[in-house]
Amino acid sequence: MPQQNNLYKVIFPALITLLVVALLLSIRYGAVSLSMDEVLSSIQKLFAPTDEKTLNERIFTEIRLPRALLCVLVGASLAVGGGLMQALFRNPIVEPGLVGTSSGAAFGATLYFVLGATLKFNAGQWTLPLAAGLGAVLSTSMVFLLSKSSSNGRSSIVALLLTGLGVNALFMSGVGFMSYIARDPQARSITFWSLGNLSGANWESVEIVGVATLVCIIAAMRYAKQLNALMLGEDEAQLLGVSVKRLKMVVLLINVIMIATATAFVGIIGFIGLIVPHIFRILCGSDNRKLIPASALLGAILLTLADLLARMLLSPAELPIGIVTSVVGVPVFIFLLRRKNYLF
Amino acid sequence: MLTAKNITYSIGNSKLLDDVSVSFLPGKLNLVIGPNGAGKSTLIKVLSGQIKPQTGNVNIGGLDIASISLTEAAKVRSVLSQNIELAFPLKVSEVVMMGRYPHFTGAPTAKDDTAVEEAMHFFDIHAFAARDYMTLSGGEQQRVHFARVAAQIWYPVQNSCRYLILDEPLTFLDVRYQFEFMHKITALLQNADMLVVGVVHDLNLAAKFADIITLLHGGRILATGPRDEVLTTENIKTAYGLEPVIHRNENSMYLFFE
Repeated sequence: MPQQNNLYKVIFPALITLLVVALLLSIRYGAVSLSMDEVLSSIQKLFAPTDEKTLNERIFTEIRLPRALLCVLVGASLAVGGGLMQALFRNPIVEPGLVGTSSGAAFGATLYFVLGATLKFNAGQWTLPLAAGLGAVLSTSMVFLLSKSSSNGRSSIVALLLTGLGVNALFMSGVGFMSYIARDPQARSITFWSLGNLSGANWESVEIVGVATLVCIIAAMRYAKQLNALMLGEDEAQLLGVSVKRLKMVVLLINVIMIATATAFVGIIGFIGLIVPHIFRILCGSDNRKLIPASALLGAILLTLADLLARMLLSPAELPIGIVTSVVGVPVFIFLLRRKNYLF
Repeated sequence: MLTAKNITYSIGNSKLLDDVSVSFLPGKLNLVIGPNGAGKSTLIKVLSGQIKPQTGNVNIGGLDIASISLTEAAKVRSVLSQNIELAFPLKVSEVVMMGRYPHFTGAPTAKDDTAVEEAMHFFDIHAFAARDYMTLSGGEQQRVHFARVAAQIWYPVQNSCRYLILDEPLTFLDVRYQFEFMHKITALLQNADMLVVGVVHDLNLAAKFADIITLLHGGRILATGPRDEVLTTENIKTAYGLEPVIHRNENSMYLFFE
């Protein structure tokens, strides 16, 4: 369809423009609105000492900007992770947390919420991300080890998929049990965390998530062509010169690093990883060389806007962002699905 | 030249290939026939390096296939497999371009674009180059894969033959396209460096088009050579358990069963 070709040309400029708009909106609006002048003067004084800044300039530098950037990074991570895993598993309904990453993170976070005070394990502001990150590493390693075939030591895609489902169920029942024995305020923390929470954003978290996200997306781009070949099947990819075993290892590793890091800092944000790659595929096709960068932009835009809504709708209270991503994302997704002939 | 020597491949206790030795020459149409379970697809997978036999080796242009890297092999040898399912929607031209993947990193070169264009013209799929692959019929999809595997070895390679390996390419095709495809393969074989090995089921197509026929039965080679030596009443009866009626004219022969 020539229509699709034209879309290819405009999609990247359009996405970048949208991202800038989303960032501006998200930075300006919230419990306190910032004028454009204030935004500009804050940018000029970005590296000035704190006592030279007005209150609103401090809100910009210390709260709004890191939070907006964290949204961009996490949104990009989730969307790219989803696209990678769908391509690797050759399956449209796969989420980035499939290989156990997010349920393990949830379990680690839950342990912290319920037992943190008792266990005397304390690393200050890093305690929660560390607990969640360790949980993610634990569950993901379990999926890898358990899915290895006893005969040849390799993980088939189907074994990974099923083992991932099993390990996810196991860790989620752990989360369920911990919530059951938790006291009320702890249980509320668990609920909020598992619906995503960006209020802890600061420059340190932006730096850590930023490095993980950028390195992983650049690495993923190098494997985009090989993931395209995998669309024909593992045997066909091999016949086109792709080492499928190596591809699997690298892509899974990229995904786990990206998703574990993001989840450790902001909790579980569903749906972005599932739908963003599909939105791009519906509009422009499935070429992973375009899908990966476009998903990164689209995920960043959607999460930034969702966070803005989450802060504005019940202002000054904040809605968990996971609720917004689903409520806004699902109708858009279903609309696109019904409008286009998206054939499988 | 493509040579398999003393190939044995078993799964559990059943020998799918039992000490098979066979050579294929460039410029000739080599067709492999045999009843279900004779080991045809297994032989194709061994020849293309997809599976490693327990004993024996495959020699491709003087090198042991096990010693060639996946990428190097993909530059000179393309394989049309059975039952390919595309996981996500792609345009036809994008699927054909996959055949050029072994030849470039990053973006395709002008040479790759030309190969894709020419391969699509050659297999008459240019009209739906921009269409979604998923909207095509089974036969049309099959032709897209013809163009893809042809594009993969579209240009001659220095110091090497080009190897085209076809596993039951005629499935999904109606009679007209079966004949058209065979004529196109014959046209490709005008290149002296082109080596084609294909599995077909239709004995009459094999009789009409093959230069060399290899008849497999129970994991062994029952006969190999020109059609008159291979398609004999006795051989067919041994392999298929049915007695054929063979008609011969001046230049053609055909078989039917009663």
